[in-house]
Amino acid sequence: MSRAEAVAIVRWIGATMYAVFGGADFGAGLWSLLAGGGQRGRRPRELIDWAIGPVWEANHVWLIFVLVVLWTGFSPAFEAIFSTLFIPLSLAALGIVLRGSGFAFQRTARRARGRAVSEKLFGVSSLLTPFFMGTVVGAIAGGRVPVGNAAGDAVTSWLNPLSLVIGALFVATSAYVAAVFLVSDARRGDAPDLERYFSTRALIAAVVTGALAATGLILLHSDARFVFDGLTSDGLPLVILSVLCGVGVLVLLRRGARRGARALAVGAVAAVIWGWGVAQNPYLLPQKLTIAGAAAPSATLTSVLIVFGVAVVLVLPSIGLLFTLVQRNLVEEAARPSPPPRASA
Amino acid sequence: DALLLAQRWSKVVAVTFAVGAVTGTVLSFEFGLLWPAFTGRFGQVFGVLFAIEGVCFFLEAIFVAIYIFGWKRLAPWTHFWTGVPIVITGLGGAFSVVAVNSWMNQPQGFSPTTGDVTSVEPLKVIFNPAVPYEVPHMILAAYLVTGFIVASVYAVGMLRGRRDRIHRLGLLIPLTVACIATPIQFAVGDTAARSIAKDQPIKFAGMECVQQTSTHVTEYIFGRCTSSGVKGGVGIPGLDSFLVGWSTSTQVTGLDSVPPDDRPPANTMLHWAFDIMIGICTVLMGLGLWLAFGWWRKRDFPQSPWFLRATAISGLAAVTALECGWIVTEVGRQPWVVYNVLRTEDAVTKASGVWVTFAAIVALYVVLGAVLIVTLRAMARRWREADEPDEEGPYGPASSGPAAVVAGSPG
Ligand code: HDD
Ligand code: HEM
Ligand code: HEM
Repeated sequence: MSRAEAVAIVRWIGATMYAVFGGADFGAGLWSLLAGGGQRGRRPRELIDWAIGPVWEANHVWLIFVLVVLWTGFSPAFEAIFSTLFIPLSLAALGIVLRGSGFAFQRTARRARGRAVSEKLFGVSSLLTPFFMGTVVGAIAGGRVPVGNAAGDAVTSWLNPLSLVIGALFVATSAYVAAVFLVSDARRGDAPDLERYFSTRALIAAVVTGALAATGLILLHSDARFVFDGLTSDGLPLVILSVLCGVGVLVLLRRGARRGARALAVGAVAAVIWGWGVAQNPYLLPQKLTIAGAAAPSATLTSVLIVFGVAVVLVLPSIGLLFTLVQRNLVEEAARPSPPPRASA
Repeated sequence: DALLLAQRWSKVVAVTFAVGAVTGTVLSFEFGLLWPAFTGRFGQVFGVLFAIEGVCFFLEAIFVAIYIFGWKRLAPWTHFWTGVPIVITGLGGAFSVVAVNSWMNQPQGFSPTTGDVTSVEPLKVIFNPAVPYEVPHMILAAYLVTGFIVASVYAVGMLRGRRDRIHRLGLLIPLTVACIATPIQFAVGDTAARSIAKDQPIKFAGMECVQQTSTHVTEYIFGRCTSSGVKGGVGIPGLDSFLVGWSTSTQVTGLDSVPPDDRPPANTMLHWAFDIMIGICTVLMGLGLWLAFGWWRKRDFPQSPWFLRATAISGLAAVTALECGWIVTEVGRQPWVVYNVLRTEDAVTKASGVWVTFAAIVALYVVLGAVLIVTLRAMARRWREADEPDEEGPYGPASSGPAAVVAGSPG
């Protein structure tokens, strides 16, 4: 394996982490929007707040990580993607800003009005970011991002059926992962009503995700043949694995199994991401720019790998510490979602 | 009481940290949205620094979360030690991002200097010649700004008649830190200016409005820069030469040594920004002397309204100095993004319509800043209503705050 490939893999790891954990965050925002306003949506929203509170913004770091590794290791690819796709990327950034501030301020806003507004903001912006990220991925897969400074079409590159379907797929996937996570959180918080609430939603999201994925495949066949061929040859085992994991989650949820659903849901998403990576290998931008062609000088690649190694050694134990602390005292936390309402609701 | 203060401050940090994270994320988008040609060509050179910053930030975020969670749940010393990594990673992060800016001022460690970069020497990039002054200067500036701003918040409170212990400590601790940092900042800034006179002579000429290369150059304080020299302002003959080389016969490079296309724009603004930064630093040192004098005479800080008023505006002054400093570095470097290597006009995106993006980003920053201030003020108001439990920072679940402590204290 060349150093460039190693860095590409590092980047793919970051992308996977972002898709899973960032995705779960966005999905949670989405469910909080769909839960409805006022009393009706109060309990699901409480659970969501409770579940993502302590770790929400650590997850954005994966995105930064992906961007930095991309521009350091494969600068020309970064240039091409960001200059051509500046519209969806700007909108995705907008979503991130609104979401972050909405979330931060909804916890401090005292007046009900301010709180309601920031909740709405939080929900809507959770929709923007994954959707537009998806259109970007669609544009890349469809080979619409040529090398150079704004060399591609600013609009049609991402405003096409393939991009839109992949955008929707990203939203659905986020919602699905989030729902599965929230089922476990509800169980941890001893809220059986919410457990059922999010189980149902996880099932619905799974069906929608599956349908969108199938549509996406059809579009890839006509629009992005290279990726389609990759997915149905080298990437096929991973695609199959993903489908199996997805079905497994559904079975576990129906059975009300106590564990396993989370891990399988993560597996389903991760497998499809790696499947895509394998499918478009050796390209970074399918049929436009290869990994080797975009790679930085070797000293840079080595440094990236060293920094990554140090990060793994330092960050993993720290995260472990944080999660242990959080999990331990969340269990005894007074701020758990309130007990299920009595007969009246 | 100091503990209560520390707890409150850590909540403020939590809110600003969240906002910092969001603006930081957007910043990394901007590298591509606004400057794709810069990042496309040199990302492979300076990018590693951002990777380091990323690691620092990640660790910092984790430990901030632990720290804030830990107020009630960790043993006091354990809790203190979870604060140490925050400081270290904070400094590490500041080093990396400012080192990128330093590298833009003193680019080295890559070749060739035209066309595609084919080889990089990361250590030379990281430890470029501008790092030794730019990094300490910015870090000190950060301490100054924070110290004076926090002190000024409590000074305003004291001017309004709230003279309890919390306010006095809240003023004294940060003010002392900032006042100690100020003279050091002066010395570092002075070193910076001298290094720039040597390494980026055109930037220096722009800062000082030196039109022709010559000796016995007059130092002008303020004044209007014109192509035939400085109009107005206070001129001290020979001082500029003296400051650059400790002798009035030192030769100072003038703007005429390069074609007009290679000179920085907006000379008067550049010159004023530089002078304002120095002026503010000097005045702030005066504030430090006042404080020191008070301690020496009365073992307490001066309580007169004038001292409090001066402290109240010191925060604003420090921020102004900070912004002026960035104007000096950034505008002074023009027309280059990477000094003498890449022009700004060649670095910018070719996409049409980025003006819209750009305007939206600016608007967002403004809104974010405004909401941040409103939120912090609301937090302060609630702290004042002593019988109310604390509200939440964005990290904690609803009862992670030290509500019990606050409710029971007179603060
Ligand atoms: C609280 C803020 C503050 C204060 C009191 C000062 N500075 Fe400063 N200065 C900055 C905040 C700052 C800054 C915003 O942090 C800059 C911008 C880039 C940098 O690294 O620091 C800066 C840059 C900067 C530069 C340009 C560096 C470059 O282009 O690379 C010079 C020459 C000075 N400063 C000189 C001084 C002198 C002589 C000061 C005191 C007499 C002084 N500064 C006080
Ligand atoms: C000297 C100027 C700068 C200062 C004082 C500064 C300060 C900060 C602060 C306070 C944060 C919040 C988190 C933290 O404390 O680490 C932050 C985050 C961040 N900053 Fe900066 N920053 C500066 C310049 C930059 C620049 C030039 C970039 C360029 C891209 C940048 C990129 C980031 C990123 C990527 C994050 C992390 C955001 C996240 O991971 O969510 N910063 N910075
Ligand atoms: C008053 C303050 C500032 C002004 C007026 C200013 C101005 C500019 C201008 C005009 C550019 C584009 C041309 C060029 O790069 O030379 C630029 C780029 C840049 N500035 Fe600043 N700047 C300021 C503060 C800062 C701060 C606080 C940072 C943080 C570290 C920073 C970091 C950068 C970086 C990294 C670039 C390169 C282009 C990019 O990557 O986006 N500047 N600045």
